[in-house]
Amino acid sequence: MIKVKNLHKKFGDLTVLDGIDEHISPGEVVVVIGPSGSGKSTFLRCLNLLEEATEGEIYVDDQQINAPKVNVNEVRQKMGMVFQQFNLFPHLTIMDNITLAPVLLKKMTKQEAVKKGQELLERVNLSEKADAYPAQLSGGQQQRVAIARALAMNPEIMLFDEPTSALDPEMVGEVLDVMKDLARSGMTMVIVTHEMGFAREVASRVLFIDQGQVMESGTPEEVFSNPKNERTKLFLSKVL
Amino acid sequence: MTGIQEWFTKFSDEFYKCFIREDRYKLLLDGIGVTIKISLLAVFIGILIGMLIAMCNLSKKKLPKIIGGIYTDVIRGTPSVTQLMIIYFVIFATVNLDKWIIAAIAFGINSGAYVSEIIRGGILSVNHGQVEAGRSLGLNGFQTMTRIVIPQAVKNIFPALCNEFIVLVKETAIVGYVGLMDIQKAGDFIKSATFLAFMPLIGTAVIYYVLIKILTLLLGRVEKALRKSDIR
Repeated sequence: MIKVKNLHKKFGDLTVLDGIDEHISPGEVVVVIGPSGSGKSTFLRCLNLLEEATEGEIYVDDQQINAPKVNVNEVRQKMGMVFQQFNLFPHLTIMDNITLAPVLLKKMTKQEAVKKGQELLERVNLSEKADAYPAQLSGGQQQRVAIARALAMNPEIMLFDEPTSALDPEMVGEVLDVMKDLARSGMTMVIVTHEMGFAREVASRVLFIDQGQVMESGTPEEVFSNPKNERTKLFLSKVL
Repeated sequence: MTGIQEWFTKFSDEFYKCFIREDRYKLLLDGIGVTIKISLLAVFIGILIGMLIAMCNLSKKKLPKIIGGIYTDVIRGTPSVTQLMIIYFVIFATVNLDKWIIAAIAFGINSGAYVSEIIRGGILSVNHGQVEAGRSLGLNGFQTMTRIVIPQAVKNIFPALCNEFIVLVKETAIVGYVGLMDIQKAGDFIKSATFLAFMPLIGTAVIYYVLIKILTLLLGRVEKALRKSDIR
């Protein structure tokens, strides 16, 4: 579904991604872990072209997406993204946050979008908040709305960029529950996170990225219980 | 007692001379019309130019940036009276347009430079995460701008924009320089005709004050409506 070949990303002289080759199949839940500054968020942001790769190729459904003349907006409609800082639109109600893109991009009529929005809000347990504004919600609630907003476009892939890092500890669980539910439903997911327990429970595969390279890749069992790479061992000894 | 009586008689006498005799209040009423007409059109032109120049200044391309930079620089670096006179007597010298329209264009051009900086600041004040969220949903740059960034920016810049409108209304008091009879010029005319200074000038001040007060109250209401989504 996603194929990444020899991906490099440089910010000026700083090399953040240093040759990543990766293949993500439909239905996989890939959890990306690694020390801060290792390039894991940049990797994720390259996948939906929020960052432009300096070198290398990225394919989604066999179409190269980082080529000239590709309609970036169409590519992004296949990929939902959830941000660390939620980034809900503060001037719109929760329902309008969810329906804005599908209606504007003519994926659905207003009525269809509202119906879908209600279903999604039910799924994230926030049906009663449809008419509230983001500022009236807690962080955990905002992040669940952000997930619903991304799902409203019926994406094939969901990308999560440290979705629980900005949350108060007691709100982490409610967001992870929504993500677990999503993983069980068969959604293809790429998740950058520091929640190791969650990674162990939900991931079908764990990627350990350090210094812009994939150092280790395997099932949670392999990576967490039996890491082969020295760096992985060092990292895990600090976070587990 | 007699002192107060005397003063009152003098006051009503001056009031009569300045505003009632020869229907002089009509001059002021017409003046109010001229001030309002010029202000409204100038605000409109100012916002249009302001948006255009803000886009130029925010652009990543070189040419629009240079044009925007020069525009803001020149307008902010010269007095508005000078600009008004240049536009009236030089640029529009041979163009057959109503005087007040030319004046409004001059004030609009002037205001545009200030409005552009306000708009630019407002757009930059919107968190970049908002743009990323919009783009990640598949909206294009224009849709993200018009549906996500600008509505939030408008709310942020509204107080500064109100301030600019108020300054603009008062700034129009210089249109007498190009022969237009606004509130200020009408007051001035009455002053010359009656050889009285206190009454016509204070009258002028009161009229401006009331106009601005009404404008402030109206804009305050709009701002309240804009703040609806801030309720916690």
